[in-house]
Amino acid sequence: MNTIVKYITLDLIKNKIIIIYTLLLGVISFSVLSIDSNSSKGLLSLLNITLLFVPIISILFATIYFFNSSEFIELLLSQPVKRKTVLLAEYSGLSTALCAAYAIGIGIPTIILTPSPAALVLLVSGLLLTLSFTALALLVFVLFKDKTKGIGASIIIALFLSLLFDGLLLIFIYSFGEYPIEKPILGIIALNPIDLARILMLLQLDVAVLMGYSGALFKKFLGSMAGSTYAITCMMLWVIVPLLLSVKIFRKKDL
Amino acid sequence: MIKLTEVTKSFGKFKALDNISLTLGKGQAISLLGPNGSGKTTLIKSILGLVIPEAGTITVHGLQVNNNWAYRSHIGYMPQIGRYPDNMTIVQVLNMIKELRSDKRVYDEELIDSLGLRKIQDKTMRSLSGGTRQKVSACLAFLFSPDVFILDEPTAGLDPLSSEILQSKIAQERNKGKLILITSHVLSDLEDITSHILYLQDGKMMFHKTVEDLQNITGELKLSKIVASLMQEADVHKSFQHEHDS
Repeated sequence: MNTIVKYITLDLIKNKIIIIYTLLLGVISFSVLSIDSNSSKGLLSLLNITLLFVPIISILFATIYFFNSSEFIELLLSQPVKRKTVLLAEYSGLSTALCAAYAIGIGIPTIILTPSPAALVLLVSGLLLTLSFTALALLVFVLFKDKTKGIGASIIIALFLSLLFDGLLLIFIYSFGEYPIEKPILGIIALNPIDLARILMLLQLDVAVLMGYSGALFKKFLGSMAGSTYAITCMMLWVIVPLLLSVKIFRKKDL
Repeated sequence: MIKLTEVTKSFGKFKALDNISLTLGKGQAISLLGPNGSGKTTLIKSILGLVIPEAGTITVHGLQVNNNWAYRSHIGYMPQIGRYPDNMTIVQVLNMIKELRSDKRVYDEELIDSLGLRKIQDKTMRSLSGGTRQKVSACLAFLFSPDVFILDEPTAGLDPLSSEILQSKIAQERNKGKLILITSHVLSDLEDITSHILYLQDGKMMFHKTVEDLQNITGELKLSKIVASLMQEADVHKSFQHEHDS
């Protein structure tokens, strides 16, 4: 497995899109952090950029990459290796490259310019988002045979989680506003890794109460520590569950 | 060495393999022929475990293919289309597969030299032409001197000289008593290699005979003539059956 991961990562660090993605994140974080004197504001802007770009770029790039590697995966599978090994190696190689891009582009500038626990939490939530959306891309890859359909599905997943989900949540809150729905909402939020990342960061920045309903809820019901643990656990599940499902489906897939 | 028993595979309503049973033995060079969409690639992929048949069993060297992976160390596979990660170089691809197969330490690198890949080994895969990529696939298939070679359209896209080199390499391995399963639409390329012909049509096995037998049946000497006359016969047979059915 390590052999495959090593060579895939070596291939990807020379990939132009990964390089541009890293540079772009780096330029954005340097400019945002040096404009604002208030570091917490700067980190909030970076959080919004992370929530907007990381999911869609991770899932789209990963889906395209997996589908383009399907012949290569076949070749690897004609060698005496397990299917599970090949699939997880592809995932690990790609997520290593994307995580490295995020860590270099966002992590290094924030830790140099605003060294604080909040900067670390931003880095962790961005990395978890990368891992979970790459895992979702892997799930799309094993579910679809056709590349175009797969890319379509990935776009729908990314748009649903980043735009539509919050709208639906608002409708839900609006229509059931007179009932005690705080606890169910905590559960529903766990269904969206982007919301989890947002909450994780907001709890850390201590502006949770200012930043909307769900943040306030987390603060009130779970407190900073328990809330963060809950959010991180749910995000890890968003990595592990798609991965396990992919391996299970891939075992029976015709290539 | 390879044994298929009542193997059936369908994609939706379409039957790609229909109840196929056959035994392929040592020292044979089998040409797998048939029109487009007759199930040739599905048959190859089933043996490699890439396609999972819904019925029947396949064994390689007595090992069941199903849910097993170790048996593939006996097989050298050359795919129809070879695509590799864009930024990997030729030497990286070769090293990667070598590292993956830590069970083998002795490499057959004859093709790497004779196909001239050594000189361009630091080029990235993206910059290579289709034919050169095909050469890389060929080198990988022969690298570990396996007992079984499965070659899907090996000479398509190769220049005449490289095609000749590859064919003589295949013949050389056959003479060592290895099993070679090969598909190609370029029948003249198979002429000197083939000992058996396996003909598929609509997922069914039409026949599996030695070349001498077929020469006797059809009265033709050249492979292309033999196959042409057999295909015509099969067509007549099919249309006759069709009329009979309706």
